[in-house]
Amino acid sequence: MDTSRSPLEATGFSRKLAATIIIVYMVVTLIPITWMVATSFKSVDSAISYPPEVFFEPSLEGYVNLFTNRSRQPKDYLDSLPPPDTWYEELVRSREMVITGPSKFLPRYSNSLIIGFGATFFSVFLGSLAAYALSRFKVPLKDDLLFFILSTRMFPPIAVAVPIFIMYRKLGLGDTHVGMIILYTVVNLSLSVWLLKGFMDEIPREYEEAAMIDGYSRMQAFFKVVLPQATTGIAATAIFCMIFSWNEYAFAVLLTQFNAQTAPPFIPTIIGEGGLDWPAIGAGTTLFLIPVMIFTVVLRKHLLRGITFGAVRK
Amino acid sequence: MAEIEIKNLHKSFGDFVAVKNSNLIIENKEFFVLLGPSGCGKTTTLRMIAGLELPTSGNIYLDKEDVGYLRASQRDIAFVFQLFALYPHMNVRNNLAFPLKMQKLSRSEVDAKVLEAAKLLRIDHLLKSKVSSLAGGDRQRVALGRALVRRPKAFLMDEPLGTLDAEFRELMCLELRKLHDDIDATTVYVTHDQQEAMSMADRIAVMNEGVVLQADSPKVIYNKPKTKFVANFIGSPGMNFIPINEKISPSQSSIKLLDSSLNIPEQKEGTDSNENFLGVRPENLKLVSENGVKGNVFGVEYLGSRKILTIETQLGNIKIRVDSDTQVNINEQIQFDTLNNNQIIFDGSNDKALQSEFMS
Repeated sequence: MDTSRSPLEATGFSRKLAATIIIVYMVVTLIPITWMVATSFKSVDSAISYPPEVFFEPSLEGYVNLFTNRSRQPKDYLDSLPPPDTWYEELVRSREMVITGPSKFLPRYSNSLIIGFGATFFSVFLGSLAAYALSRFKVPLKDDLLFFILSTRMFPPIAVAVPIFIMYRKLGLGDTHVGMIILYTVVNLSLSVWLLKGFMDEIPREYEEAAMIDGYSRMQAFFKVVLPQATTGIAATAIFCMIFSWNEYAFAVLLTQFNAQTAPPFIPTIIGEGGLDWPAIGAGTTLFLIPVMIFTVVLRKHLLRGITFGAVRK
Repeated sequence: MAEIEIKNLHKSFGDFVAVKNSNLIIENKEFFVLLGPSGCGKTTTLRMIAGLELPTSGNIYLDKEDVGYLRASQRDIAFVFQLFALYPHMNVRNNLAFPLKMQKLSRSEVDAKVLEAAKLLRIDHLLKSKVSSLAGGDRQRVALGRALVRRPKAFLMDEPLGTLDAEFRELMCLELRKLHDDIDATTVYVTHDQQEAMSMADRIAVMNEGVVLQADSPKVIYNKPKTKFVANFIGSPGMNFIPINEKISPSQSSIKLLDSSLNIPEQKEGTDSNENFLGVRPENLKLVSENGVKGNVFGVEYLGSRKILTIETQLGNIKIRVDSDTQVNINEQIQFDTLNNNQIIFDGSNDKALQSEFMS
């Protein structure tokens, strides 16, 4: 018998099994995403060809269509125009169309960025203050308060869509960035407070006590000593908040229209404009995926410790 | 540096009383140890001096100024925590500089003070290290450095050696005491370890159940404990308590033990109770060949330089310290007697030591 190995270590077979399962899972989850990215680089014809093309000639038509509004023109009108200045004009002309202006994708996308990051920032900031207070101070009815905060997540947020819609209309918050940031912050706060309280509880009080003895106020001690040690928790919480705010669709459809519309309600509207433009939809969703992916990759080393927090005592 | 005075200090957490009307004066440049079993209120007392807890009632004076209800940051004292509380996101230099950053010093002044403290503690080669990469003893030194870098009025230490291994602990005891002397500090040190207390302290206050039982030099605490608790808590093994079934009267100088009589220091106080105790340390007893108290050897502990014998007698189990080359066997019949006149009579009704020729 091989005794050089600890009995707690995985055997060769179980390692291989684990690797196989992970690879199969990865393939299953990555196929749709790969297909979506591939579609974004196809031409309109190639995207709907049957049987589906796995190997295809790449085209930026999808991205051009995503960022522009176009109109179809008769051949003689196109011939009368001066030659196209840019590669994308040329691409559009070849489809017998002219560019009439930029599409709304960019403003919608930046709305998503502003609202997504704004809501994430406030969720984490307010959440960490509340979590610290609930972790350190004697708060009257603390347990009930914590339960109340959690209970706001016990129904799907959309269940209160109608009252929120009416409130927002009265308060003039409908279709504004501020309104959406407030809404997503409120929805995220319960998760943020609960997650962060767990992390705050794990940070020994001695750190802030040491700082307070060394002449710092409690607030200064919180920012200089407690928060840096809660980085892991903050990163994990921020990812969860970001993913929710970034992906949220129902409230965005209901409450935003012109000014503060985010990308999720906008992307499906591409379908309606001039037939089923799958490459443009693919391009929109691919670009939509990127910020949250970067955000997660940047914070990923904290994430694993974050979601298993409290499982092992240090 | 400073004198600390505690007056009628009282602290309760709900129904639990942590510190009961305690009074203490810690003198300037003194190394003062608060000693007691866990839960005796020693750490709570220290935290009240630091300003990390507010007293329920009573006062704390630092250099005659009442600081009992001031914020910790307004008291100019330093605190060394048991788990060091070094900031893990800063390197050693920044940990040391952290207390100075609140003092509006120029950068060069901060650097100079950090370097001075680091040199004093011989950690100047570690300034750029991460705290997490340090060994236990070095972490301890950084924690001390952070405390002394701004030269506070007093140092408060809460079992700072508790997490070090035994070998390091002895070394750090010496270093701590030397450091205290070198910088003319006033130090209040909390521990449950009597060896640490005895080896470092100018004076020790023994606490139990929130009450300061006695505050004296290690020698007085050991030889002339004022209560049964102190007598038992200090010394390993603790003092022997032999029940005496007679009332003690002032000027009495002998007591009956079984069928013989024993000379004791002349008493200055008497008792109302008939059940009192004779307290005698194991090293103040000796083996004799005749006219002693008879007993059976129940156990022998060999401790290198000495042996502790546990003797089963009609008066209960009694421990005697003998030289390590003394030959005794388990179950052997032996006799023992007192070595000198250092016995203490404890009043059975309140466990307090009676005043006598010896106890005065």
